[in-house]
Formats: sequence, structure tokens, C-alpha cells
Amino acid sequence: MADAQTPASVAEAKQALAAADYLADESAALVSFLAQRLGKPVLVEGPAGVGKTELAKALARAGGRELIRLQCYEGLDEAKALYEWNYRKQLLRIQAGGEAGWEDVHDDIFSAEFLLERPLMQAIASSDPVVLLIDEIDKTDQEFEAMLLELLSDFQITIPELGQVAASSMPIVVLTSNNSRELTEALKRRCLYLWLDYPELEREMEIVRLHAPDLPETLARRLVEVVRMVRELDLKKPPSIAETIDWARTLLLMGAEDIDRETFEQSMSIIVKHRTDIDLVAERVGMKLAEPVRPQS
Amino acid sequence: MPSPYGPRAESGPPGLAAKLLGFCEELRGEGVAVGTSEILDAFAALEQVPWASQDDFREALAATIAKSQEDRRVFELLFERWFFRAAEAEAIERGVGEEGERHEGGERLDIEELREQIRQAIVAGNDGEMRDLARLAIAAFGRQGEGSGVVGVDVQRIRRTLELSAGTQPRAEDGAAALPPIDREQLNRFERHLRRELERELIERTETLPPSRPLAELDRALPTSPTQDLAAVHRAVSQMKRRLATLGHEQRGRRKAQTVDVRRTMRASLETGGVPMHLRYRPKRPRRPEIYVLCDVSTSVTSASVFFLSVLHALHDSFRKLRSFVFIERISEVTEVFEHERDFTEIARRISSEGGVADVSGYTDYGRVWLEFLTEISDDLDPRSTVIVLGDARTNGREPHAEVFAQIAERAGRLFWLNPEPKLYWNYGDSVMAAYERHCDGAFECWTTRHLENFVNVVAGGVPAAD
Repeated sequence: MADAQTPASVAEAKQALAAADYLADESAALVSFLAQRLGKPVLVEGPAGVGKTELAKALARAGGRELIRLQCYEGLDEAKALYEWNYRKQLLRIQAGGEAGWEDVHDDIFSAEFLLERPLMQAIASSDPVVLLIDEIDKTDQEFEAMLLELLSDFQITIPELGQVAASSMPIVVLTSNNSRELTEALKRRCLYLWLDYPELEREMEIVRLHAPDLPETLARRLVEVVRMVRELDLKKPPSIAETIDWARTLLLMGAEDIDRETFEQSMSIIVKHRTDIDLVAERVGMKLAEPVRPQS
Repeated sequence: MPSPYGPRAESGPPGLAAKLLGFCEELRGEGVAVGTSEILDAFAALEQVPWASQDDFREALAATIAKSQEDRRVFELLFERWFFRAAEAEAIERGVGEEGERHEGGERLDIEELREQIRQAIVAGNDGEMRDLARLAIAAFGRQGEGSGVVGVDVQRIRRTLELSAGTQPRAEDGAAALPPIDREQLNRFERHLRRELERELIERTETLPPSRPLAELDRALPTSPTQDLAAVHRAVSQMKRRLATLGHEQRGRRKAQTVDVRRTMRASLETGGVPMHLRYRPKRPRRPEIYVLCDVSTSVTSASVFFLSVLHALHDSFRKLRSFVFIERISEVTEVFEHERDFTEIARRISSEGGVADVSGYTDYGRVWLEFLTEISDDLDPRSTVIVLGDARTNGREPHAEVFAQIAERAGRLFWLNPEPKLYWNYGDSVMAAYERHCDGAFECWTTRHLENFVNVVAGGVPAAD
């Protein structure tokens, strides 16, 4: 199944991701490399906002593949995830072809033409290789997970009326989970596992610099340090990488030279989004920031 | 440059399969679910990565074998132990040593040159080279007086001898260009190599492996003091909360014992001309029990109690009503404290200062507690209520009043006892567990978070208590 885009080594996979504006760490690069070589789905877990979804998007960009996304939520069922028969069209067909025999109509209305393809089906049926992102799988219930098993291990879907639809090109499947519940063993067994955590200081610096290239390096370092300080507190929602980038851009817009107490309090709401968190952060982090500014003013 | 260490010990493919299987076996022993399919995946993955790179090797194994963060943690601990001790274990078995060559290598080496090489390797961040040089450095400096026997001390001694320190380098000798600064992180890496090599040598010298103890339960025990590790407490609570939040889901798929919703069935039958083709069922409502918790807060069991109460209150959504009481000699209701206070330490402080539960001696008086509990809220108890007692059942020689306890058990729907002591200690000394256990619907030992979690599952899920 190795097509032209499959990377030959881990380093190559990492480069490809970097070219798609995603700075992967060693394990992320390795797992995405393995996923492509072994043709296995990847289960990505980690706190909110560390770039789980972004990894799938970057894989799509890097491989020149189309991204098909299935956003999971409670109550998601196969009619919305897999396929559905187009009842209206079937009815029309029955009414329009009044003189045709029962056998003809019966075979006819259960053909691909009357099938509404939902994301999973689309990914399987697509003739070009795709990246299938099943986002926040932990939001669904266990029955849905069970339904995914056939897809994940054999890359095929069984439709009772049509038979099996097997993938014509091997999709890269990425499942993400916020770890809000334990996924079943059966699902985990079929996947490669990747735990994404908040990046280390240097890597987060690089990420910020990549997305806000105009930000001076000293300021970027300061910003990442402050964000790391905020993450250490016991917050309801610690700031994600996306929010760090947003904050960097805000600081650029504000034309800030340094992160002092005032700038921090003005722009803090970009990285902290809970009333109680804001109080806590202002108290713990804001206080620390005041000191280096004093001698200047 | 010829290798100064002589021929490499064979560590090629033939032995690896067995090593890997052994490793998986060990993981299973620690409670990580490693299936055959995972092992097959691991081999498939290893075909794709260069084995020479230790990081790739480890990550490839981790991605295919360790499928949760907890598993990953155990994996890391065992990986080190298994793969880097395995070579040494074999060396001991075969009586392989490297004595002669090492000394030769050490003596031949120019110290200044070695320093320079190490510095370069650290700055370049080349792991393989660092490791080789670490061995050389140990050969060169490590043997002056046999080493202290404490690995950490030796590491620092060698580092000082090599004049390595983080940050900008203090001096540039003889007008030579200033030495490049060494990053703390990189220096740490070199120290890790030193440490590993020293450990390796120690193993060789003493011909025994450092004792390996099972990891399970090692750090999963309940907090024994409120200040111990707050983060761990919070983590355990939030984790449990998440797991319990999805408890109902398992029940959802079961069709057994469902009741037909006549009204909805009739409505649905309109589609089929009044013939009830599809039965509609009443959705299963999760059982929301009323809970009364009685917690012993005498010094021996305080933290387990407060921790347990925190967990229950974090989960108060799952219960229709939750009232908590603490007791030592007397009983006192603390429901409010938990409603208003989130911080674990603060709760512990308030309970001890405002509870007013200790009269004179500060020793638990179970008998009196039952009497007080019964007079205070016996009217509220009904078959839907669940009473949970957490205590070690150590009466300090006072009257246990088991008959009063039996009355409580009779009025309440369910009565559970959690004992923070391992089952082995029950009924020893002044523990009268047996007298109370007879009246309970279930008595559980509860000294790890896992015990607690199991128990909360039983209570919140309404699943019949299994022992």
C-alpha cells in the first residue's frame, strides 16, 4: 500500500509535517510515520488544545490528501456517520417507474445511487487517499465505538443490501479523545496510541514563532514562559497552544514591547476563559509580572 | 577509530523476540492489558524503524503496546528496567567482563582531549557519542579509589573532574576562542548517560541486579495525609468523576427487563395504520440513590475519610440527596462544608476545627455514634436510602452496640461499610468488624483509589454489590 507520498523514514515524516506548518515532536512524528507504513488508525489523546485535531489536518496537508471529518457527539448514530438510504428518492423511483416489475425496482432502489454517504462511508469509498478524522470519539457511546471496529481493522463497511464496501485506497485514520471516558479495549487494540501533551518550552517557542513570525524572540520566550506558569496553576481550563498563538498575535496588534502587569491584565482573557480562573491567574501570575517592570518606570 | 571496548556483545534479532515477549509478560504482570494483536503490531512497527535509535525503538513499542497514559507510565518504568538491565543480566550469566580493556583505554587517553571531546558531544547533543564518552570518562576517572558506591555521588564527582557546568563557560584558555555554552538540559542528558554506565558497572562488580519490585499499587494507595499530594487527589477525583459520568451508558444497550411504553407505542402505530408494529420502551432511568455517609475522622483514618467525602461530593449530581456526617465520639453533619468549600486542605481543616466531634478522649466511640445517628435521622431513612460507613471499626474497647447498628441497617435500603484497613487486619485487636459486617449489604476494604473507585461504581451505578 506504499504510495508515492508515504514517507520513507521518521525524519521524513517529521519534515513533511513541518512543511505543513505542524511542528511534531519525536513521538508524534514516529506514530504518524508508523500509521502510514502499517496502515493502522491512530488514537490521539491529550488535554484540550494541544493540537490533536491539527495533527490530522497537517497529515492531510502533508500528504496532499483530502480531510474528511466526523465530529462525534452524544447520540451520533450510523445514519449520520456511515450511510443512509435516501428514502425520498427511493419513493420517487417507485412512483415514477410504475410499470416496472417488483424485482427490478427492488434491486434498483437499493443501489449506490440511492445511498447517502456520510463521512465514514465517504472516506472508504473515495478513490483518492484521504485522511479520516474522527474527532472526540469519547463523546459517543460504546455502541458507536463497536460499530467503528469493522472500519478500523479492515477498512470496510458492510451494508446489508449492498454487501461489503472495501476501501479502494488506504485512508489515514486519526481518532482523537479528550479522555473524558475510558475507551473500550477493543477499540484501543486496533489503534496506535499517541499521547500528546503540552509542548516543551523550546518547541512551543518554535510553534509561536511559526504562527506569529513578527513577534520578537525575547517577547515570544517571555510569552511562552508566562503561559507555562499559568498552566501550572490548577485551572478549570488551562490555556491551549491555539490560545498561546492567539495571545501572541494580540500582543503584536497591541504593539506590546514586554509582558508587564498591565499588558497581561488587559489581554489575559485570551488565554484564560473562566471567571474563577481569571481571578486566580491575576493573583498568582500577575503579581509575579509586576516586579521586573518597577525599576524601569 | 577502533572501538576501545572490544567486540560488541550480541544483541541482534534472535534474542529480541524473546526479550520483547518477556517484556510484555512483565507488563501484563503490572496490569497492562497487552494482547497478542498488540505484540504482533509491535513487531510490525519494529520492522519500520531503525533499531539503532533508542528513542524510535521505545516510541514504536509504546505506540503499539501502551494504550493509555497510565499504561504508558508503567511502560516507561519497565522499559528501562527490562531492556537496559537485560544485557547486564546476560553478561553476569555468562561471566562476561570488560576489565582489561577498560583500563587500557583509560590510560591511553589524554585527559584534556577527552574533556574537549565530551564538551563537543554535549553541545552537539549526539546521544550515541555521549554514551561512549561517558564510558571513557568513567574508565579514566571513575577508578580513583573505587568510587563511593553511591551512583549519584560518583556522577557529580566525574562531572566536576571534567569541569562541566551549565551556562556560559567561565574561561577561555590561552587566548583560544570562548567555549560554547552548555545547555542545562544537554548536560542532564550527559549525566543520565554517566549514571546508566555507572549503574551498569556496579551491576558488573556486584554481579547482582538491583532489586526489582512490582510497581502496581506502589503509588496508587489512598493519600495518607491531606498534604501528601493534592494534585494526585484532584486527579483521582476528576478521573473518577469522568468515569462515573458515563456509567449509565453500559446499561443503555440492554433490552432485557424493559417496560413497554404503551402511549408511545400507540402513537407509533399510527404510521402503520393502527397496528403496533414497533414496540416503544420506557427509557431506563439511572437510579439516583439518597446517600448518607458516616465517616470516622479520628486520626487513624482521617485522610481516607476526607478523601472519600470529597469524592462523593464531587459526584453529588449522581445522587438525589447526599448528607455527610463525621464522627469520633459524637456525630456531626458536615454536608454544608462540602457544598461551600472546594479545597481539599481547607475542608480537612474545617472538619477538624468545626466538627465538634471529639469530646474528651479523642477515641472513636462507635456505639454512641449509632445511637446519635438513629435518634437524629431515623425518620428520614427509607428503603431508597443508602448508608455508607467509613471506619476501621476499632471501638477502643467501648460497647459496640451492634444491635443499634442492626436497626439502622433495617431501616435503610442498603448499608455499606468501607474499611480503610486491609482485610487481613480486620477483627484483630479492638476491631469489631465481624459484629457490624453481619448487618451490612457489603463490607469493602478500601485503601487504594482503585478500591474506592470500584465501590463508588457499585453505589452510583446501582449494580448489585459484588465482593
